[in-house]
Amino acid sequence: MAGSASEYIQHHLQNLTYGKLPAGYERLDANGNVVDVLDQATWTMATSASEASDMGFWALHVDSLGWAVGLGLVFLIVFRIAAKRATSGQPGGLQNFVEVMVEFVDQSVKETFHGKNKVIAPLSLTIFCWVFLMNLMDLVPVDFLPQLFHLMGFQYMKVVPTTDVNVTLGMSLSVFALIIYYSLKVKGLGGFLGELTLHPFSSDNLALKVLLIPVNLLLEGVSLLAKPISLALRLFGNLYAGELIFILIALLPLWAQWTLSVPWAIFHILIITLQAFIFMMLTIVYLSMAHEDSH
Amino acid sequence: MNINLTMIGQAIAFFIFVVFCMKYVWPPIMAALQERQKKIADGLAASDRAARDLELAQEKSAQELREAKQQAAGLIEQANKRAAQIVEASKDDARKEGQKLIEQAKAEIEQERNQAREALRAEIAVIAVAGAEKILETSVDASKHNEMLEKLAAEL
Repeated sequence: MAGSASEYIQHHLQNLTYGKLPAGYERLDANGNVVDVLDQATWTMATSASEASDMGFWALHVDSLGWAVGLGLVFLIVFRIAAKRATSGQPGGLQNFVEVMVEFVDQSVKETFHGKNKVIAPLSLTIFCWVFLMNLMDLVPVDFLPQLFHLMGFQYMKVVPTTDVNVTLGMSLSVFALIIYYSLKVKGLGGFLGELTLHPFSSDNLALKVLLIPVNLLLEGVSLLAKPISLALRLFGNLYAGELIFILIALLPLWAQWTLSVPWAIFHILIITLQAFIFMMLTIVYLSMAHEDSH
Repeated sequence: MNINLTMIGQAIAFFIFVVFCMKYVWPPIMAALQERQKKIADGLAASDRAARDLELAQEKSAQELREAKQQAAGLIEQANKRAAQIVEASKDDARKEGQKLIEQAKAEIEQERNQAREALRAEIAVIAVAGAEKILETSVDASKHNEMLEKLAAEL
């Protein structure tokens, strides 16, 4: 039972991976026998976890990316429909909902960010809604969609994109790029470098000042780099852990599952909303810090 | 937990979604929201203005009502005065007319009396002569005695 349980868990945590296997790679079947030796580098679907990891960087998690893009499109299409029908008269149900979201995000942005920037508010709306939708997939019972796709011939299917660190890193690194871009744009190269090197320790003595530059650079550099990493890992960690607990609950006998899965799912409603909100708020905070030219 | 191309794919998708949201989702919704805000503000201002206008109109109408009442009261007083005058005048007229009528009637009566007296006078002369004739049994020369008879009649 222990073996099958760990297999079950590992199977659930494996992404559907499409990538490049190098020439001379030995493909194994489930029992560890060599079934095929590749005579040249091949793009193919990974049939096991080891194959997926052997693909290295040149691989795509088809399931994560597919669900992420699909959910993003759901968000954009719904909001686009509402935006097209938007009227300043009496709003309908959909418009009401969309307006509530937009006003909520707009309020959050205005409270934190006081400059003028046309990107931050739509960026925040996209982050909040998209991350929320991706997190929401966590509430779909863990075996529904993987089983369905198994019947359609897909060996692996991980339906919660935010439990894939690539997805969260992809977003947080984009935010990081925006932080760098706006820092350079607002403060200039000199201002940005000065912020990295002349704080928090500074001195009136020029020699001492130069001496303190490496120390400052180390501290500020770490705090700068920590932003995208913490942003990505916080979301990933919360959702991965939540998903793992759902998988563990799914190992229980069928009659007992609901006693744990229902409370955890209810609690998880809070977590997924909160994590989407935190990702959005931190993005706003980081970008508003990038705009502050206080030094 | 393999780091791979998915990250870059996600970043590209993220970029495209944000641009789409920025261009086609955010502006129309914000425009609708701001327009509604403006409409509501305008509506509230208009209602304030209307309330003020109403107050002014009420004040004005009350003022006009007061003035109209005063005017009406003045008119009624004037009319009463005039009516009294007219009544007085017509009383005077009537009195004068009555006096005139009475005087006329009196004059007519006088005239008739005079006429009757004349007629009586003429007839009495004839009767007297006839009576005298009867008494004297003689014919009396009317022309001879006419003067005397007229004197007699005048005495009547």
